[in-house]
Amino acid sequence: MQSVLGSYFPILVFIAIAGVIALALVLGSVLAARQKPYPEKLSAYECGFEAFDDARRRFDVRFYLVSLLFIIFDLEVAFLFPWAVSLSHIGWFGFLSMMGFLAVLTVGFIYEWCKGALDWE
Amino acid sequence: MIASIAFYVFAAILLVSAAMVVTARNPVHSVLFLILSFFNAAALFLLAGAEFLAMILVIVYVGAVAVLFLFVVMMLDVNFAELRGGFQRYLPVGATVGAVLFVELALVLGGWQIAPDAGQLRFAPQPPDVHNTAALGRLIYTDYVLLFQIAGLVLMVAMIGAIVLTLRERKTSRHQSIAAQVGRDVRDTLELVNMPLGVGVSEFYRPLVEQPPPLHSDQPVIAHAGGGHGDGGHHAAEKR
Repeated sequence: MQSVLGSYFPILVFIAIAGVIALALVLGSVLAARQKPYPEKLSAYECGFEAFDDARRRFDVRFYLVSLLFIIFDLEVAFLFPWAVSLSHIGWFGFLSMMGFLAVLTVGFIYEWCKGALDWE
Repeated sequence: MIASIAFYVFAAILLVSAAMVVTARNPVHSVLFLILSFFNAAALFLLAGAEFLAMILVIVYVGAVAVLFLFVVMMLDVNFAELRGGFQRYLPVGATVGAVLFVELALVLGGWQIAPDAGQLRFAPQPPDVHNTAALGRLIYTDYVLLFQIAGLVLMVAMIGAIVLTLRERKTSRHQSIAAQVGRDVRDTLELVNMPLGVGVSEFYRPLVEQPPPLHSDQPVIAHAGGGHGDGGHHAAEKR
């Protein structure tokens, strides 16, 4: 287990470096630069215009549908990874169990294809 | 040594960001703190040896579920002034429910006894010379096949439920009809005509697809108003 952790050590180093750089940038600008805020400087900046609209606009529910369908297929793919690395060990039974899983989800996929849930106007 | 330092750092960030999720005033900030706590939980999984769970946590929770939460937050259109307005009214009920829950939790945690061999079970026992993902794969698809198939059914039900709940047919939408586009013939839209010299277009213009609205009779046709010669194409001018 120690070897597994050791292979993640470079990522830890990267996280530490990223944290140091981010802190240095923020603290450096706080310490070294002159801070003279006024309302015009602090107001929202939107391509040089006044903000057109509230940022908290309501979304169409179809974005939600797309992201929900994405999660489902994301999970389906997540199940494929351990299956792929252990396929030589689990034999035909493991292979067929994954085929059954995929068949069930393909039924759902055909349903959503036929309902037109993947169409965009 | 490095592992324990990393554990305490990640655990501290996890606790602080989890507290910020429930105390942040802006729900969007709450979701962002939730993403931070997901990342730190993934790091803790990694420290405990659960590599696959850590990666799945990042892919599924950070990549998909957090986006979904953001959508929900944006869709709900929360009015903060209205929410704070009800604070006084619902305070007694909320305080009662909270107190009951607190007493229950205190009772449960007061009688909690940690199993004596939990110390060894804290880190998942890893089979030798098999990495984490392969060890999971050897169990999920054979020993736990029933649970695996049920998971597939649950995912399908979620798919169908999401479509039933959110998909609405819009009659105004203009879908692309690919069959009609591909099945279009050249002869339906294009006609080649040999034009004799000095003959106007209107003699030969026979629209195949749809008739344009006829010109008003007392309106001069501008293309012919310049005094064309030949006998065709002067109907409008002759009538005047």
